[in-house]
Amino acid sequence: MQWVSYLPSLAQGALVTAWITLAAIAIGALLAFVAGIARVEGGRIVSTLALCYTELFRGTSLLVQLFWFYYALPLIGISFEPVATGILVLALHVGAYGSEIVRGALASVSVQQVEAARALNFGRWHTLVHVTLPQALIEMLPAFGNLAIETLKLSSLVSLISIADLTFRAQSIRNLTLDSAGVYTLTLVGYFAMSLVLMMVMRLIERLARRGAAFPRAAHS
Amino acid sequence: MMYGFTWDTATPLTYAWSILPIILIGLTVTLKAAAAGFAIALVLGLVFAMLRRSRFRSVSWTTACVVEFLRDTPLLVQLFFLYYVLPEYGVTLPAFLTGALALGLQYSAYTSEVYRGGIEAVPRGQWEAATALNLTRMQTYRDIVVPQIVPRILPAMGNYMVAMIKETPVLSVITVLDMMALANMIGERTFEYLVPLTMVGLIFLILTLICSAGLHRLQKVLPKAGIPLR
Repeated sequence: MQWVSYLPSLAQGALVTAWITLAAIAIGALLAFVAGIARVEGGRIVSTLALCYTELFRGTSLLVQLFWFYYALPLIGISFEPVATGILVLALHVGAYGSEIVRGALASVSVQQVEAARALNFGRWHTLVHVTLPQALIEMLPAFGNLAIETLKLSSLVSLISIADLTFRAQSIRNLTLDSAGVYTLTLVGYFAMSLVLMMVMRLIERLARRGAAFPRAAHS
Repeated sequence: MMYGFTWDTATPLTYAWSILPIILIGLTVTLKAAAAGFAIALVLGLVFAMLRRSRFRSVSWTTACVVEFLRDTPLLVQLFFLYYVLPEYGVTLPAFLTGALALGLQYSAYTSEVYRGGIEAVPRGQWEAATALNLTRMQTYRDIVVPQIVPRILPAMGNYMVAMIKETPVLSVITVLDMMALANMIGERTFEYLVPLTMVGLIFLILTLICSAGLHRLQKVLPKAGIPLR
């Protein structure tokens, strides 16, 4: 029963993983809404800027981005703590993916809704906040759920910039004990459990959001 | 100096130009790993999708669990698992193959869902017609189902291929000498990471932009006959 002795260290790592994932999801969601709304509602300059951000962070690999922020940026005088770098890069990365979700959902709200808002003399901001966004939000949630799981999985890469998350702890325990099968099986199970919890939370949020909808759409869309 | 290449760090531009050949060697490794991984994902995904539709409850349920597990755990940890645990059971693969296998395993979970969606879109009547014509299950898949779902699943598969190309840098942690690994090695020797890492990022950006444009064109030329595309 050697593996029991790994648990305290792995649990500490899991806490770091959870913290980084949740922080990245929160900041990433904010970025996703800003960029997604900018793509749809912004003028030409603003929407082009948002498009550049999205393409830049979707088009390059997360590991490249992490190393770039960790190794390359300090050379031109900009540096953060490793944990801050990890959260920032992860958030920028998933924010770019999230902005596509926000954009798609906003575009899927029917034109009549916008026209009706116009007929009622709603301003653009008013239309967005009170008409399109609440409907789009329900559409976005399933995709955001997948993205949250993706964030958790991608967060394992921050171990490569020396953050002591679950993967990092697993690596150091393996290097000490050479019990690869035990350590990595436990680690995989740990990630799986965290994914399941995240999934259940997202389902709950989805249910709560759907309950308030005036015109519930098809449940699976 | 590395592999007989020399570099010139006088200005960022000459530096970039002098290390370009090395980075391009890494690019071929990256593309090969993605191609091998994707081939594995395509085959394994189909196997998973068909097992999942098995008549035996135990088989379909076990497959569903395996797929879910593969999909919800990080590629990096799966990679370490294969890299360190397989040799303990006597399976010693080169790092490149281990990496391709890990990529393939992770993405087979995604592709199996794509196949499943495609297979489920085949109307019930066709399955019944196949039964009426006394076709075996194998014949039904080969002659009826697969030809029809190919145009339907191609765009989704293409997206996953692009995603996989972007995940290959992870293989550099198990000593596969891809673009990322080479850029890091150059950085370690010159203490100048900015140029090589930026180049790797730019090459990925160009690569994905080309792939997305290609996919966009593919979607236009695909036949709309058969099962309607959503």
